[in-house]
Amino acid sequence: MANAKLWGLKKSPWVFHVAAASCNNCDIEILDILTPRWDVERFGIVLVGSPRHADALLVTGVLNRKSLPRVLRVYEQTPKPCLVIGVGSCTCHPHIFEPSYNVIGPYDKYIPVDVYIPGCPPKPEAIIMGVVKALKRL
Amino acid sequence: MRRIVPIGPYHPLQEEPEFFKLIVEGEKVVDIEINIGYNHRGHEFISPTLTWEQVPFLVERICGICSDSHPYAYVLAVEDCAHIEPPPRAQYIRTIIGELERIHSHYLWFGLAGHFIGYNTVWMWVWRYREPLLDIFELIMGNRNHYAINKIGGARRDILPEDYPKIEKYLDLLEKKNAMFTKAIVDDPVIKARLEDVGVLSKEDAIAYGVLGPTARGSGYAIDTRKDDPYDAYDKVDWDMVVFEEGDVLAKAKVRLIECDESIKIVRQCLKDMPNGSIETRVDDIPPGEGIGRHEAPRGEVFHYIRSDGSNMPVRHKVRAPSFMNLASNAIAVKGYSIADAALVLAAIDPCYCCTERTVVYEDGEKRYSGQDLLKLSWEKTETIRRRYRK
Amino acid sequence: MMKGYSKKILEEISTKFPEVSVKIHARRRTYIRVPKDRVYDFAKYLFEEKRFRLATATGIDTRDGMEILYHFSQDAAGTYYTIKTVIPKDDLKIKSLAPFLPAANWIEREMHELLGIDFVGHPNLKPLLTAETWPSCLHPLRRDYADEHKDIKVSKKP
Repeated sequence: MANAKLWGLKKSPWVFHVAAASCNNCDIEILDILTPRWDVERFGIVLVGSPRHADALLVTGVLNRKSLPRVLRVYEQTPKPCLVIGVGSCTCHPHIFEPSYNVIGPYDKYIPVDVYIPGCPPKPEAIIMGVVKALKRL
Repeated sequence: MRRIVPIGPYHPLQEEPEFFKLIVEGEKVVDIEINIGYNHRGHEFISPTLTWEQVPFLVERICGICSDSHPYAYVLAVEDCAHIEPPPRAQYIRTIIGELERIHSHYLWFGLAGHFIGYNTVWMWVWRYREPLLDIFELIMGNRNHYAINKIGGARRDILPEDYPKIEKYLDLLEKKNAMFTKAIVDDPVIKARLEDVGVLSKEDAIAYGVLGPTARGSGYAIDTRKDDPYDAYDKVDWDMVVFEEGDVLAKAKVRLIECDESIKIVRQCLKDMPNGSIETRVDDIPPGEGIGRHEAPRGEVFHYIRSDGSNMPVRHKVRAPSFMNLASNAIAVKGYSIADAALVLAAIDPCYCCTERTVVYEDGEKRYSGQDLLKLSWEKTETIRRRYRK
Repeated sequence: MMKGYSKKILEEISTKFPEVSVKIHARRRTYIRVPKDRVYDFAKYLFEEKRFRLATATGIDTRDGMEILYHFSQDAAGTYYTIKTVIPKDDLKIKSLAPFLPAANWIEREMHELLGIDFVGHPNLKPLLTAETWPSCLHPLRRDYADEHKDIKVSKKP
């Protein structure tokens, strides 16, 4: 049974997109991969409207004090096993936002991240490659 | 009997986290409570720790969509404080990139609006025509977004003459497609019925709340920084301000589409009249004083204020994005409309929460609508209208 | 119309409010220093009679006190008339503009939470941008704020 779930995840991952305190550039690039130029829906990657239907979480943006409880809540609601893919340099480390009073530490202090896709913003090809690498690890 | 309908913070209609509490009676929205702060990163706190040249790289990451507007306004503020005049070629380059960014941002909004009302084809088509523009940005400046073209005293990179034909070719394609999209919005009875008379903001309310950009120009409030306080090449080329009187979502959509035509006009004239020469002037230091810079971003006037004490770091840097003023006006514009329309009205001001908060629910109400429910409500309304026209 | 400050408007201001002092920085940037208790009447005059638009307001913590700048725009002439006022730090109160200017509502809320200025008469001075778990006595944009946020525990509950 567990193998069937993993097989489903590998062949057609349903992703839910979570933005913490993002500048939106990575979010727009994620929406871009659904448009005709890259069109990932033909590979079965579908953007869903609720975390309860998701196999993978695409997180973007740097974490701040107000959005942390909400991100944690979304992570709890996603049925396990789930992949967490950090899109953008902000998920790797707060970098330029580190001196701020409202910005808190890197994502992996709070939720386990499987794949980091650096870039500001990462190009859509890089995001697709990151998702494929994450799936191959399973 | 009043019910509370929370929208957010992770709502697929809006790209960004925010929290609106709509208080509804039956099907009509009677009040709204807006709760922001999910995107607050504290830019005004970080700026005084950076030097003058490092700040543009910080402020462009305030927003990914209007990523050129914030450095532009900041650079104008510093040039105001120090009385620096950039060379003509740099002024034309900055203007061209500012206008190309406006086209990209309006098309982005247009695609998302199409998705909200259920016309996914519109979304796919419009974003498909955005792609060549992002390729041009990559060709000129090295990145699709966050390209940092603005520098204190000029522009960071040059647009080479061999690239002009590529830009011209894209503008020719865009003109044809823009005419098609404008016709689609204006002539299609279903889209018209869905957007007309929805979310009306009167001119008096627009003035009282200080709204900006297409939100103001769609309500008859004719303000545009490029005409009021001209900078760089905007007073050297010929273009018109686009104003509509009705104040509804359709008027705001028309303002944005026709503004794209005006932007194409500006870019063509700038390419034709581009002066030769250097793209930067020498800046030795920023004297003590203060400066105000303003730029017409796709969403309205971006305002930056800096204060200098003669050292190499700003003492105070104030950022005010247009969505900060436009968001508060939602409280008036959304009252009296149905829930299916409310989501569209909230998106019509083209909200950019990352700009609003620069420096992300869960309330136990009676019935809770999820994001997918609200999208479905909006699509159902469009389908009802479409059936009416089929008969 | 020539784009720039209007001598006529500046003369009217000097006649009606003799206690203000005007500094012209550039053709489209003027700064007007107003004592703290005249700010409300002056701002009302600029908004209601002269039909200027409030763009935003900046608060700065300086050695002489807390300085507030209200930036008013005359769009037709493309000019900014900025009102400057200084409030002593031991009595951080000023009359709010929100009763007659809805645009000032969120602007003053932001200044209240980041600098600690009390706007007397504001209808809703709740925090706007900082988290619910952020202590309301901590004002990050003040000069005596160092890095106290490092000691504030990150809360996993809203």
